[in-house]
Amino acid sequence: MAGRDVTRTIEAVWRIESARLIAGVAHQVRDVALAEDLAQEALVAALEQWPESGVPDNPGAWLMATAKHRGIDRLRRAEVHQRKIEELGREAELRSPADDDLAAGADDPFDDDLLRLIFTACHPLLPTNARVALTLRLLCGLTTREIARAYLSSESAVAQRIVRAKRTLSAARVPFAVPGRRELNERLASVLEVVYLIFNEGYSATAGERLIRPELMEEALRLGRILAELLPRQAEVHGLVALMELQASRTRARISPSGNQVLLLDQDRSRWDWLLVGRGLAALERAYATGGPIGPYTLQAGIAACHARARAAEDTDWERIVALYDGLAQLMPSPVVELNRAIAVGMAFGPQAALEIVNRLQEEPALDSYHLLPTVRGDLLEKLGRPAEARAEFERAARLTPNSRQRVALLDRAAACASQR
Amino acid sequence: MRVMVLIKATEQSEAGEMPSQELLEQMTAFNEELVRAGVMLDGEGLHPSSTGVRVEFSGSERKVIDGPFAETKELLGGYWLWQVKSMDEAIEWVKRIPNPTGEHGVVELRPVFEAEDFGEEFTPELRERERQLRTQTPESA
Repeated sequence: MAGRDVTRTIEAVWRIESARLIAGVAHQVRDVALAEDLAQEALVAALEQWPESGVPDNPGAWLMATAKHRGIDRLRRAEVHQRKIEELGREAELRSPADDDLAAGADDPFDDDLLRLIFTACHPLLPTNARVALTLRLLCGLTTREIARAYLSSESAVAQRIVRAKRTLSAARVPFAVPGRRELNERLASVLEVVYLIFNEGYSATAGERLIRPELMEEALRLGRILAELLPRQAEVHGLVALMELQASRTRARISPSGNQVLLLDQDRSRWDWLLVGRGLAALERAYATGGPIGPYTLQAGIAACHARARAAEDTDWERIVALYDGLAQLMPSPVVELNRAIAVGMAFGPQAALEIVNRLQEEPALDSYHLLPTVRGDLLEKLGRPAEARAEFERAARLTPNSRQRVALLDRAAACASQR
Repeated sequence: MRVMVLIKATEQSEAGEMPSQELLEQMTAFNEELVRAGVMLDGEGLHPSSTGVRVEFSGSERKVIDGPFAETKELLGGYWLWQVKSMDEAIEWVKRIPNPTGEHGVVELRPVFEAEDFGEEFTPELRERERQLRTQTPESA
């Protein structure tokens, strides 16, 4: 231990313990905002005392005991004491039998609290960016500064968002509970959406210099893996984990040495992370093994798995991918899903079949200025030996794309079509 | 980051003594905790070095040497591969490894190289070979 800073040890303990700490205290005080304050107070106490006293043998238990003592002090002092006791009674009634049923996969009482904390932080009452910030703060133990840095936002903006979110939860008297069966699907969808949003911001950053933010991908993966253990019977949780593991496995192959994005079929598959591929395929198997209803995450993971199983791009099982897209299009019909389905149809059954789908999509107002539609159409027309029409499509796509590197590539293709005549 | 956690062999592990029921139970609980925290990527225990083999390289010569090997302190008894935020987080987890008998043991932590760290030495051809090797193992991991 000599030479290693106690502060860094405390940061590491916080990383491991903070979510359970906040969840455990929230169980006692029935208020997530207050629980986080108390957990922060315990952290401050550790920062003051541990450099003198040394790190306790069980640092998690020390933090929990300290936070709970402060909680009791506060409740005693505050006049809200009586109200809290009444609330406790009220919540005991509110707790539906489904609460216990759902959490039955977890035999550790702390796990139940963790699950309650996740559902509270991701409550649909909150705007999406507040859910994201609150989740990173309460469940990943990130500081406001770390969240601000990850999202290229100012610290004060993130802090304000978190304060407002906590106030909203308190004002709405959101119970510290796992939702009952009737609400479960909607509430779980909200949780999974938050995790996937965090992952996607890491996987294809919407702002800034870097194309990816591995730290956000890692936080999302960790959250997903934790959720899969807390809710082992929910197929979509495993489906989301599978999707994230499989997408993350391609990170290294997605960016060329010159910094450009490399399309899936052009990627050097030897650069994929095969440990993550194996984990992703195993998570997908777990999703199907639950026997529960399959949703969009599992279907998308199934598509990603078809690519992962192919040693080379030309080995891809496109017919299976088409079938999975058929399922996806039924579950969440959208022009973008339909366009992706068309690409798969083209690979499986030839360009003519795909062109028919794409032609139908041309009337879709949502895709009016979406550069991928003319890109795909141009590609199909070129394959069908219609270079003049293909060229017009590539030129249209070049006008629509926001990315300058893509524009150059599309104009190159247009020029290549022109010379084919 | 990924950290390889190397558990050094002990006289007991080298003698092929199976861990006590108590240790097994505590280790199972610890492993479950690692999984629930989203930290565990992989991990296994190793048979004693008496079942192991070394291949010594010298010029074009390849000499195969059967175990056991003498220097117990330098041998491995098992390993984990963890996904953590920092070496400090890995250290905190290592401190929690159960040790009910209180016997002396050593655990070594090593950050794992990412492919990028190899630079140009790790060519696409080498990567392809490595991938083929990896994918020959069953996908049950």
